[in-house]
Amino acid sequence: MLLSSEDIKRIAHLARLKIEEKDIPGYARNLSEILALVEQMNNVNTEGVQPMAHPQDVSQRLRADEVTEVDQRAHFQRNAPRTEAGLYMVPKVIE
Amino acid sequence: MHNLSIKQLAEGLRGKKFSAREVTEHFLARIERFNERLNCFITVTRDAALAAADAADKRLRAGEVTALTGIPIAHKDIFCTDGIKTSCGSKMLDNFIAPYDATLVACFKRAGAVVLGKTNMDEFAMGSSNETSYYGAVRNPWDIERVPGGSSGGSAAAVAAKLVAGATGTDTGGSIRQPAALCGITGLKPTYGLVSRYGMIAFASSLDQAGPMARSAEDCALLLQSMAGFDPRDSTSIAREVPNYAAELSRSLEGLRIGMPKEYFGEGLDQGVADVIEQALAVYRSLGCKVSEISMPNSGLAVPVYYVVAPAECSSNLARYDGVRYGYRCDNPKNLTDLYERSRGEGFGAEVKRRIMIGTYVLSAGYYDAYYLKAQQVRRLISDDFRRAFEQVDVIMGPTSPSVAFKLGEKTSDPVQMYLSDIYTTAVNLAGLPGICIPAGFHQDLPVGLQIITNYFDESRLLNVAHKFQQEARWHLRAPSVIE
Repeated sequence: MLLSSEDIKRIAHLARLKIEEKDIPGYARNLSEILALVEQMNNVNTEGVQPMAHPQDVSQRLRADEVTEVDQRAHFQRNAPRTEAGLYMVPKVIE
Repeated sequence: MHNLSIKQLAEGLRGKKFSAREVTEHFLARIERFNERLNCFITVTRDAALAAADAADKRLRAGEVTALTGIPIAHKDIFCTDGIKTSCGSKMLDNFIAPYDATLVACFKRAGAVVLGKTNMDEFAMGSSNETSYYGAVRNPWDIERVPGGSSGGSAAAVAAKLVAGATGTDTGGSIRQPAALCGITGLKPTYGLVSRYGMIAFASSLDQAGPMARSAEDCALLLQSMAGFDPRDSTSIAREVPNYAAELSRSLEGLRIGMPKEYFGEGLDQGVADVIEQALAVYRSLGCKVSEISMPNSGLAVPVYYVVAPAECSSNLARYDGVRYGYRCDNPKNLTDLYERSRGEGFGAEVKRRIMIGTYVLSAGYYDAYYLKAQQVRRLISDDFRRAFEQVDVIMGPTSPSVAFKLGEKTSDPVQMYLSDIYTTAVNLAGLPGICIPAGFHQDLPVGLQIITNYFDESRLLNVAHKFQQEARWHLRAPSVIE
């Protein structure tokens, strides 16, 4: 799959990544090369093969529905770029 | 003192030949002397290390010794360390002070180890040369113009240069084994689910696994003993009894069936590396092992599958870096979308952005079946190759890396060439199996690593097979001259 500059812009937006205009051709070339490598897997017949999502054939463990965590909001918010009154601050969303 | 193994250091500490404070000061002095040249560390935790050493001495005096009391180690900067910067090699987390300890970090604290610092790594563990780190490349102690491998390059170089006795690493596609090979040390990637991933910054959650890096299999066994075990905080942690890894180390290898996948010796393998691996297999023959050629027909597809699965999981995992709750935030965002896009665009390096975009693409509407589902199917075929192989043989052996350490900058402009450094390691992660890399000899004065793979949860055997070789061949005792 050869990706165009338009493809890169679309993917970058889906991934919420700002890519500088000057870097787009480089990403288009690199990503196209990576996809060409990936597409080698099309040479193998996988009809009827059960997809493998995970290395273990075990089911997800369940636990009792009990509160196990304590409130550490203030502790965790020390790493936040901007907070106010215990809230995370972002640019205005609703005018 | 830095030439002593973990086992010897532990014996010396218990026998009062030296104190934990003396050991710590000795290794900190080495870090001070050599780190500028090698760039192994992102953070050196001098004061905390000395305090931990004093606490260790107190316990030693009181006779309350635990497994690793006073042993100097380092953690890869991917593990959360309470109150200490945890950057994951990224500008995105340059200002991040972890608010809690990873389970593995807590395990080492309980075992009494003294942590000297946090080691350099490829950004978010994405790389095979340590050159994607925001903090600059690590240099290989065997030749400082060459890469140490990656992503656990700082840990590998620090162990090789004897700046620490052992270190932790993580391995998503070869990130413990490949740098171990390139730096001439021993590195073990455990079975998926053996070591807790809680507090280990996620890259690809179905592949990531933490493991020990040290100068011998015997030392790796001691470190693994303190890392392995069930953790209710990791939903993929497996509840099963942890064996005593040191107990089986010296077991005879008489009659051991070794499989040599012919696909691991084909195109792309440097002849000098192939020769060293052949010689290593001859050592195993002399120990009574039976070496036979096997076939793992889907081996060549491991890298293509890996570069769908790992980026897909990475694009989901790295969605959490939004410039809102922690980490880097851009200046003067115009609106919420601008905040997200610029914080991520400015905070992540080029390789991380490439992988997020590949992952986003293969998971996007219209491409999911052709890429992601297809990759999961081929992943099953690769895993089945191993299952069939282990019906015929006890262990699989081959090269860890197709070449010795390459020059800094040699592969940075060509991501696909860089990815092919991992042709022999990624399949092990896709299947979730354990693998170890041990020094097997030298080519052009640079170390070559032998990769050994066993069946699920058979780390005891893996360490036994590695240890017996090291008792015989002793390549692991060679040290680079730059650090003397």
